[in-house]
Amino acid sequence: MISIRDIHKSFGSNKVLDGISLEVAKGEVLCIIGPSGSGKSTILRCINGLESYDQGEIRIEDKVVDRKGEHIRWIRTHVSMVFQRFNLFPHRSVIENVIEGPVFVKKQPRELALERARALLKQVGLENKADAFPKELSGGQQQRVAIARALAMEPRAILFDEPTSALDPELVGEVLSVMRSLAEQGMTMLVVTHEMSFAKEVADRVVFMDGGKIVEEGPPAEILAHPKQERTQDFLRRVTHPM
Amino acid sequence: MATTFWHDVAEFTPILIQGAAVTIEITFASLLLSTVLGLGWALMRVSRWPALALFSKGAVNLIRGIPILVLLFYIYFVLPDVGIQLSAFQAGTLGLGIAYSAYMSEVFRAGIEAVDIGQIEAAQSIGMTGGLIMRRVILPQALRISLPPYGNNLIMLLKDSSQTSAITVAELAMESKLIAASTFKNLTVFSLGAVGYLLMSIPLIMLVSKLEKKLGGRK
Repeated sequence: MISIRDIHKSFGSNKVLDGISLEVAKGEVLCIIGPSGSGKSTILRCINGLESYDQGEIRIEDKVVDRKGEHIRWIRTHVSMVFQRFNLFPHRSVIENVIEGPVFVKKQPRELALERARALLKQVGLENKADAFPKELSGGQQQRVAIARALAMEPRAILFDEPTSALDPELVGEVLSVMRSLAEQGMTMLVVTHEMSFAKEVADRVVFMDGGKIVEEGPPAEILAHPKQERTQDFLRRVTHPM
Repeated sequence: MATTFWHDVAEFTPILIQGAAVTIEITFASLLLSTVLGLGWALMRVSRWPALALFSKGAVNLIRGIPILVLLFYIYFVLPDVGIQLSAFQAGTLGLGIAYSAYMSEVFRAGIEAVDIGQIEAAQSIGMTGGLIMRRVILPQALRISLPPYGNNLIMLLKDSSQTSAITVAELAMESKLIAASTFKNLTVFSLGAVGYLLMSIPLIMLVSKLEKKLGGRK
């Protein structure tokens, strides 16, 4: 459903994506791991057109992703994104954050959107926070609201850009468990993450990126436990044994 | 001596209060104009069309580069030559409104630019585009950020409204000057005038510092 073919991108003279090709099937959970600066967030941002690319082609189903193209609105309403720093709208309550897209972009009747938003908040375990404001919530709660906001668009896929990296360690679990249950329900997910245990248990496939290239990809058991490439082995050693 | 002083105060105060009323009227009329115009300049400045941005930049710099007094003279004395006859109050409102639109536009622009880029990305990621993002996401946050400096501009505008006395608007400074010219009680009259401005600006100053505390604490 997401098809990435030979993507290149540079910021000035700095090449951040150097020929990335990737296919993501419907219902697949794909984790992208790699050192910072490897281009893993950039590829995610290219998929829903937050970032442009210089060369190659990204397609969502049969539609080409082009920031300035006619399909960009279709793409963004069908592929949602969850950000590292949550990016909730601080001036709106939790439930207003969730219904913003359905009401103002998809033109759903407010009552219907509110009803669905309540169900989604229940799904992420925050039904009693509907009227709170983002600043009154913990990071983990904010990120769960952000997931509910993404789900409210009824997306065909969700992109997660390091969704737990800005969280205190004790709050990581609640966000990952929401993500895990989404995966179990068959949501197509692309997750850029440093949570190796999540990748190991939930991902169908793990991609290791370094220097703007895909170094190695395969089932988590293979990539995480028995990586073939030296760079992957190196990275995993540093992640699992930081000292 | 003391009795003459209180006698003068009792005599001048009603006239000065009438002047103060005009000061308040012209301040709020020009505040309204400068807010609408200033927001317009700011939106043009951050728009995606370079021609609009350039036009707004040029207009704001032109306005900023001209003294308020000269702007007032121009509107009141020059416009009639091309057939536009305005009352002193209208000319004063227009002049102050235009002059302050430049300052207001910078306040709004700073507010708009202070909104976190992540907010725009989040809005884009749920399919929002240009105008909708501005109206639903950026402006509500930008205006909140802009409130304290906006309040400061309002205080300056209140005081600068005294400049419209030069084109015969019967506001507080003008009434003070008229009374002083006919009674020679300069000390009494201008002291009363100064107290009048203070009484009007102190509530605004308190409001601004309250806003600063409240909005500063939100971050």
